[in-house]
Amino acid sequence: MKKSLVDGLIKYLLLPMVGAGCVVVLWAVASSSVATSLPSPLKTWEVSKPYILSPWEKRGELDQGILHFTWYSLIRVAKGYALAVALGTPIGLLLGMSKGFTNTFDPIIQVLRPVSPLAWLPLGLVLFHKPEPAGIFTIAMCSMWPTVMNTALGVRSIPQDYINVARVLKLSPYKTLVKVTIPAALPYMFTGFRLSLGIAWLVIVAAEMLTGAPGVGGFLWQEYNALIYEHIILCILTIGIVGFVLDRLMSLVERRFKAA
Amino acid sequence: MAFIELSGVCKGYGRAGQRTAVLEDVNLSIEQGELVSIVGYSGAGKTTLVSLMAGLSFPDKGTVFVGGKPVTGPSPERGVVFQNYSLLPWLSVLENVQLAVDQVFPKLSKETRRARAMKFVEMVNLGPAANKRPRELSGGMRQRVSVARALSMEPELLLLDEPFGALDALTRGVLQGELQRISQESGKTMLLITNDVDEGILLSDRIIPLGAGPRASLGPATVVDIERPRERKALNHDPRFRAIRLGVLEYLLESGKQKRAEREAERARVEQAKPSPSGAQEPTQIAEVSP
Repeated sequence: MKKSLVDGLIKYLLLPMVGAGCVVVLWAVASSSVATSLPSPLKTWEVSKPYILSPWEKRGELDQGILHFTWYSLIRVAKGYALAVALGTPIGLLLGMSKGFTNTFDPIIQVLRPVSPLAWLPLGLVLFHKPEPAGIFTIAMCSMWPTVMNTALGVRSIPQDYINVARVLKLSPYKTLVKVTIPAALPYMFTGFRLSLGIAWLVIVAAEMLTGAPGVGGFLWQEYNALIYEHIILCILTIGIVGFVLDRLMSLVERRFKAA
Repeated sequence: MAFIELSGVCKGYGRAGQRTAVLEDVNLSIEQGELVSIVGYSGAGKTTLVSLMAGLSFPDKGTVFVGGKPVTGPSPERGVVFQNYSLLPWLSVLENVQLAVDQVFPKLSKETRRARAMKFVEMVNLGPAANKRPRELSGGMRQRVSVARALSMEPELLLLDEPFGALDALTRGVLQGELQRISQESGKTMLLITNDVDEGILLSDRIIPLGAGPRASLGPATVVDIERPRERKALNHDPRFRAIRLGVLEYLLESGKQKRAEREAERARVEQAKPSPSGAQEPTQIAEVSP
C-alpha cells in the first residue's frame, strides 16, 4: 500500500518534474550561450509575473491577465468545435451507413481534410467579412474531420449481430439509428470528439494571429510585434497546458463511454 | 402445406465464379407446434439455414414458406435466438426485452408493455437481474435473456441457433431443462439447431441430421417417440434413445466420410490438370540454395 503510493509519486510526479526540469535547464543554457535573443527562464518569469499572478485582470483590451485571454480563446474554440461536432457527426453517420454516400463524398472529404487553417481563414474572411465568424469557420472546417472519420468507422464496425437484432425486430430506420447505430458507435464517436477538440485548440492560435482577436494566440502575435519575447513563451506554455487539460478531460469522458 | 415448408433450397456464398454452395436441395417441413432439431457439423450451414427461415437472407434456388406465406424478410413473427446472444450491451436485461415488446406491441400502454417484458424476464428466472447490463451476466444468463426477448414477441415460430453452444456442460443442462419446460408450456413451433445429438434428442419431437458441407443437405428425419418430460440421466439407459443416437451419428459420420472422399478426388483431379507443378518448382529451389 505504502510502496505503491511512493511508486505512484515517483512515476506521476517526480519523473515528470525531472523531465520538465531538464527542458528548463536546456532552455537556460541555450538562452545564455547559443540563442542569446531567447529570453532566459528567469527573465520570462519576471516579465510574465503580472499576467500569471493576477490572471483575471483587465488593464486594457490588449493587456489582460493570461486566464482572461485563455477564456476568450476557449469561448471561440467552443463555438467552432460545437459547429464541427454538429456538422461532422451527421456526415460521419451518413458515411458509415451508406455506401453510395461514401462513394460520392469520401473523395472530396479526403481532399479537404489536409487543408491548413491558414488556408481556410482568408476564405472565411471573404465569406463573412468579420474576423470573429471567420475564425469560428476555420476552427470548424479544420477540426470536424476526426469526428467525421471516427463516426463513420464506428458505424461501419457495428457487429452484424446488432444489425440482425434490429432487422428481426423490424425497427424503423429512425429507431435503428437511435436505439442501435448511435449507441453502438458512441465509443468511436467520442474518440473522434476528443481528437477534434485537440485540433480545434491547435487552430485557435492561427485564427487569432491572423485576425488579431483578443485571446492567447492574438496576445502571442501582438507581443511578438511589441518585441516582448518573454510573453511568447508564456503563451506557448499556456496553450500547451490548456490543450493537455482539455485532452485529459475528454479522455475521461471517452473512457466512461468505452466502459459502458 | 405444413407450417414450415422448405423445398429445393440452395444457398451459396461468395462472388460468381468462385461461389461455394453451402446448402444444396434442402427440403424440410415442420408442423405447427412441433419442436424439430437439426444436428450437424459446425460449418455445415446450420446458421445459413436459420437465416433463410428468419428472412435475414434468401435462397438462391427453391422456396421458403412459413405459415403458408413465402418469407420475404425478417419479422418479429419469427423469433430468433442467436448463437452469440446478440444482446445490446448498453441496455439492461429488462430494456433488451422491452425493446422487442415495444416494437411488437406498440398499441399497449407503457405500463402493460413493461409488465409484459418483466413477465418474460421472470419466466427465464432472471427477475433479480432485470436491471443488470449484459456484461455483468454469465453466458448462460445472457442466453436466457436472448430467449426471453425472442419469446416476448409472441412469435409463431422460434428459431434457436445453437443456443447453448457456448455454455459449459452444467449450465447447458439447466437451460435445456428450461427450454423443455417453456416449449411444453407454450406449445410453440420451434426449430433447434445444434451440434449435440443428445441435446437434439432430449428436446425435440423429430431430429434431422444435416450432412457435411459443402453442398450440405438434410438426412432422413427420425421421430423421437420418448414420453415427456425427459430426464437426461434416465435417457442414457433408454434403448430408444440409443437407437436414435446411433442412427443420427452414423448418418453424420458417413456423410462426413463421403465429403472427405469427394474433396480428395477433387484435389487429385486439380493436381492432374496442372502442368507438372513439382517439376517447375525444383530448379528454382536449387538455384536459391546454391551460392
